[in-house]
Amino acid sequence: MSRKVIYGVFEDEEILLASAKALRSKGVRIKDVFSPFPIHGLDPVIGIKPTKLSNFAFFYGMFGTSFAIWMTWYMMVHDWQMNVGGKPSFTWLQNFPAFIPPTFELTVFCAAHGMVLSYLLVNKLYPGRSPHNPDLRSTDDKFIMEIQTSENGKIAEDLIVSTLKSTGAIEINHKDLN
Amino acid sequence: MNYTFSSKTRNICLALIAIGVLSLVGGFLTDAHRTWPSLLLNSFFFMAIGLGALFFMAVQYAAEAGWSAAVKRPMEAIASYLPYGAAFLFLTLVLSSLHLNHLYHWMDPALYDKTSPDYDEIISGKSGFLNVPFFLIRTVVYLGGWILFLRAFMKKSAIEMQGYNVSNWKSSQQLAAWFLVFFAVTSSTSAWDWIMSIDTHWFSTLFGWYTFAGFFVSALSMITLITLYLKNQGLLPEVNDNHIHDLGKFMFAFSVFWTYLWVSQFMLIWYSNIPEEVTYFMDRFANYKFIFILNLFLNFFFPFLVLMRRGSKRNYNLLFFVGIVIIFGHWSDNFVMIMPGTVKEHWHFGWVEIGTMLGFLGFFGFIVLRSLASRPLQNKTHVFYEESVHHHI
Repeated sequence: MSRKVIYGVFEDEEILLASAKALRSKGVRIKDVFSPFPIHGLDPVIGIKPTKLSNFAFFYGMFGTSFAIWMTWYMMVHDWQMNVGGKPSFTWLQNFPAFIPPTFELTVFCAAHGMVLSYLLVNKLYPGRSPHNPDLRSTDDKFIMEIQTSENGKIAEDLIVSTLKSTGAIEINHKDLN
Repeated sequence: MNYTFSSKTRNICLALIAIGVLSLVGGFLTDAHRTWPSLLLNSFFFMAIGLGALFFMAVQYAAEAGWSAAVKRPMEAIASYLPYGAAFLFLTLVLSSLHLNHLYHWMDPALYDKTSPDYDEIISGKSGFLNVPFFLIRTVVYLGGWILFLRAFMKKSAIEMQGYNVSNWKSSQQLAAWFLVFFAVTSSTSAWDWIMSIDTHWFSTLFGWYTFAGFFVSALSMITLITLYLKNQGLLPEVNDNHIHDLGKFMFAFSVFWTYLWVSQFMLIWYSNIPEEVTYFMDRFANYKFIFILNLFLNFFFPFLVLMRRGSKRNYNLLFFVGIVIIFGHWSDNFVMIMPGTVKEHWHFGWVEIGTMLGFLGFFGFIVLRSLASRPLQNKTHVFYEESVHHHI
């Protein structure tokens, strides 16, 4: 069986959303949607799971907190005790209010940078990567829905195309992956 | 839909009020020194929750916020407690000015008498600002100003309910802007007057913000509690998970804001270690250490860690519980702001304090729920009502 991709091109995000709902109700799986801006309420319709990025952010933040605690302890208490402003650092706990700002900053720093890097890695966005956008008009004023026939083995291609047409796609393009 | 203030709920409120009256009367008969600060604490704290709700409502207009139109009635109902709380607070302050109690050390005339052994040079230097007539004038300006703004808001709100009216909304926005300017100054200065002046020698430049952050997050939690209570009764069907989620975000964000100010105040004073500043925290560490540290857990660690997850801001039972913890946490934070300067090490946390708090809680609940029942809960002709109903995040 040949692997084909069907691209439905839409002029309006609301029409695309309605079309996606109609397709999903017929059991069609939608691979992805390319849009110039985020479409409100689309994710659950096309079956995209909520992101786990926030869970990662929590652990990056925890790492930042732990790292800051270790760093301030190592620098200010363990390796070379420093007497700053009449506050000798004999133990970390005695001086910890002074270490709150760096702890806060490192928590934010690690959470923010960790999130950005994870996002780029998970989405395979790195310098030199060739663009994977199927249709450059999706960066301007068109909304493009991508459906792979291999994911919809039991559903006839004609049904997908006719549903797309009847629900308002202004243009339907095909591409063979083989 | 209308909220009905059922006789059962009314009886609970009245029972709490009875407990409060008994505690106050019993307190004054047995140990008046212990009861006065408790009266001041609860008068101020519950008045400030009403004020915080009024502030939040004004922010909605000033920011042209659409999502909140569906939860406007809970805000209004909480704000409607402001005049009652103001009356209690004003009464307490007038009685202090008449030297019926010794809440405010600077009101003692001996401090200003050079021949007296109690003469205090520092406090005498502050007498241009801290003197009883000016203090009472300022109190009247703050409380009176806020009440006038509240009444103007209520009038506009009544017009709002009569029909879709854009020009009324625009004038509400202007009113909100003027209120915010007035509030920006008075929220700080009132905190200096009513609370910071208890520890007369001490001062902190961000004390006004610190006080504001505490009562604002309490007011946000109270709005959430009332909204969840009404939703639980099926009375606010158009308020969906997204509205609750946003209220939860506010509770989370302003708990962090309070902590930011707490650290900013504490850390700088701790670090610079100047005797005239550090005494404030020395007093608290000497006699109030447990409750002082506990406040950080109730007001920061608990809401921060629990409300961080998206799911917990959409879990009504959990959010309700966190709201109660935050309100109690800030009540106890106000406890540590007022008690050390008034009763020093002779503080109690017993039947007088708890009873007074319950009494004020009952009175607060009575006024708020009665106000809630007085008008329909849906403000269907609010300019942003339709937008609010379709709120989705």
